[in-house]
Amino acid sequence: MLLFPENSLPKELLIRGLFITGGVLCLTSLVLLVAGAPPWPAFYHLFVGALGSWSKLAQVLTVWIPLTLCACGLLYSFRVGLWNIGVEGQVVAGAIVSTSVLRFGLESGSPFFVIVLAFAGGMLGGSVWAILAGFLKTKGGVNEIFGGLGLNFVAQGITLWLIFGPWKRPGVASMSGTELFPESLWLPTFLSSRLSPAGLVLAVLALMAATWVLNRTRLGLALKGIGSNPKAAYLHGLNPNIYFILAMGLAGGCAGLAGAFQVTGVYHRLIPVISSNYGYLALLVVMLANYRVWGSPWIAFFFACLNVGSIQLPIVLKLDSSLSGIIQGALVLTTLLVYGLRNDRP
Amino acid sequence: MRITLRDIRKQYGKVNANDGIDLEISEGSIHGILGENGAGKSTLMKVLAGYTVKTSGTILLNGRPVEYDHPSQATRLGIGMLYQDPLDFPPLTVLENFMMGLDHGLISREEAYRGRLNEMAGHFGFHLDPAAPAERLTVGERQQLELIRLLALGVEVLILDEPTTGISSLQKQALFSALRKLAGEGKTILLVSHKLDDVEALCNRITVLRRGKVEGEMGLPFESKRLLGWMFGNELPPPPCFERRTEEGVMTLDMEGVSASGGRAGLSPCHVAVRQGEVVGLAGLEGSGQGLFLRLAAGLERPETGKIRVAEKDMTGKDHHAYRARRVTFLPAGRLEEGLMPGLTIMEHYALHQEGAMMIHWPNAQRRAEQGIERFRIRGSPLSVAESLSGGNQQRLLLALLPANPSLLLLEHPTRGLDMDSVQWVWEKLMAYADEGTSIVFSSADLDEIFQMADRVLVFFNGVVVKDVRTCDTTMEELAKAIAGKG
Repeated sequence: MLLFPENSLPKELLIRGLFITGGVLCLTSLVLLVAGAPPWPAFYHLFVGALGSWSKLAQVLTVWIPLTLCACGLLYSFRVGLWNIGVEGQVVAGAIVSTSVLRFGLESGSPFFVIVLAFAGGMLGGSVWAILAGFLKTKGGVNEIFGGLGLNFVAQGITLWLIFGPWKRPGVASMSGTELFPESLWLPTFLSSRLSPAGLVLAVLALMAATWVLNRTRLGLALKGIGSNPKAAYLHGLNPNIYFILAMGLAGGCAGLAGAFQVTGVYHRLIPVISSNYGYLALLVVMLANYRVWGSPWIAFFFACLNVGSIQLPIVLKLDSSLSGIIQGALVLTTLLVYGLRNDRP
Repeated sequence: MRITLRDIRKQYGKVNANDGIDLEISEGSIHGILGENGAGKSTLMKVLAGYTVKTSGTILLNGRPVEYDHPSQATRLGIGMLYQDPLDFPPLTVLENFMMGLDHGLISREEAYRGRLNEMAGHFGFHLDPAAPAERLTVGERQQLELIRLLALGVEVLILDEPTTGISSLQKQALFSALRKLAGEGKTILLVSHKLDDVEALCNRITVLRRGKVEGEMGLPFESKRLLGWMFGNELPPPPCFERRTEEGVMTLDMEGVSASGGRAGLSPCHVAVRQGEVVGLAGLEGSGQGLFLRLAAGLERPETGKIRVAEKDMTGKDHHAYRARRVTFLPAGRLEEGLMPGLTIMEHYALHQEGAMMIHWPNAQRRAEQGIERFRIRGSPLSVAESLSGGNQQRLLLALLPANPSLLLLEHPTRGLDMDSVQWVWEKLMAYADEGTSIVFSSADLDEIFQMADRVLVFFNGVVVKDVRTCDTTMEELAKAIAGKG
């Protein structure tokens, strides 16, 4: 399904864009009016809340980093034709492995080394979790959507068990997560903000790697060929099952990095909602970016703005912060609708 | 009901599937429609059943012209069609399927319908358990259910499309006696089939279609020879047979007692050997086992029994990539569905065939794509995506992507849907391969093509290789008989 056909004219794209923006504004305003809130102030505060100051922007980028990492991973799995809905669990698996590395490194004299190891562990954890879903598909015939969803629940369960069991805080176990790591094991941040330059570099590197792999390597082309027509690809000498596993491994690795970032750069501990649903959100990001590498960071940035901007709403307008979710949902729905209506015409 | 068709035409793009058909079917008769694949039988029946809208022409029922463009309208006029694959709801029970479209009110009156179902089934000697889910019935039983359902809807004209495929001989007898009974009660039956025996046994009048036109019509008693002539058009003598050297050389493909299930007919144990440089044509009605045969020879399907050897090496049970390593190539009939990767450009198809390196050398891929386009006269550029090419150019691309010196080429309908120019061109290329020692096995619905190109022909009927003969030693008539199951 191509939402933005490569050969469509800029004018057509513009018209579609206008339709989508209009649709989103209408739908969201309608929801706001029903809720008894004035639409325009809501949109205004959303904008100011996201980009009103440097510290807000730093917060937005801190959301953007894991979202982009997940999106980069999903590019591989979408390319080979898999719906890697298990990305959520892969973030969690990465966070768990990353946390355990940090716990082992508590006494270590070299925090830098421990943090690097934590990221490597996170990548490995995410990969293994994704490859598990891959094997369920290729060996067991379990659709990757169901396998992935199941593994999401398992990963979530393991997190809760760890927080309330083996890794509980001395004294009381609580939903607020494991004990905070010492600051030496936190990802260094930019001046006084919470933004981590290392995280930014990581996300940009992941984007560049995805561009390179998908456009320049045989692996990327093989993924595309199999995603397009696995039967034909097989006749051309490719073994789809091997590439399913490879793509899942890459996707899970990226998601695992996002999990490691959540632990080392944001929460500095393992919490029950360590993934912040960025995995699910990244699925929408990549779909809206039409499965293209360089569309994804922009959409991810927009989604991050919505997430951060909506934090203000309860304070300023006594509105629930779920407005961002409504806008994101409305965006996906109107995009699908606009393109669905277009494609209906013979 | 008397049906009159006047000058019925149906065009699909440039193809005239029905090219001015006139037909008269009298009330209470069982009328057979015979013809090869693609003769236009199914199209004509779909037009009559309201499933397809005709391009032009008139349909008269009892002398009164009628217009309709939907199956439900046709049913209301009294015309019902029994499709090759019954259109039922597999998870529902026999009774629920029977009531579908009959029972309209809010409260379903199961008891009343159960009685009616049992009574009608009894009338025709069918044994149907109202409580059994449809998915557990055999094809024959599902057909019986559909037949009864259509009659309960008040259908006066019954169209049956290949009703005897996939059912047991007992079920065939039951079906035939039911149809005779119905004709006796004044219903009009139209039977579409390739199978001459069945049509001759049941019908009292036969019309033969060929290439979208009525080729001839015959009442009782039937003359098989003339009917076959009409079907396959043997008014032309077969082209002069040319001798190629096929006696010496190693066995490229050797199948020993190979059988498999799948498709409509499966494949019964067969012994076939193909020599180096030999060109073998597979004839038979669509779905008689040729497709399965080719896929078995390519390692895409696993045989249930028997041994497959490629160039004297046992390959039984190995996968297609192992066959590929022994230079076996399979080109499927579905060029875009199975052969090419839509969304990928010609250049990308070439790049995938580059061996070794992790990185793609795009300039190199582009050069090779340009060479291929030039050499194979593909109408497109290196950046054209596969689905933008016409059928002929897709086939050229597939041929252009063949490995350098294949030992065995397996082709499913290699020229189907191609224009004359492309057909000729494709065969020139293929013959050049054969002259180099490549063995070629191809299926085709066109007997002329097989006579012209193949050294040997295998005829498939209902999953059995009923004939294996050199094209020089046979005639069109003999093959036509074998194809229609009268071999």
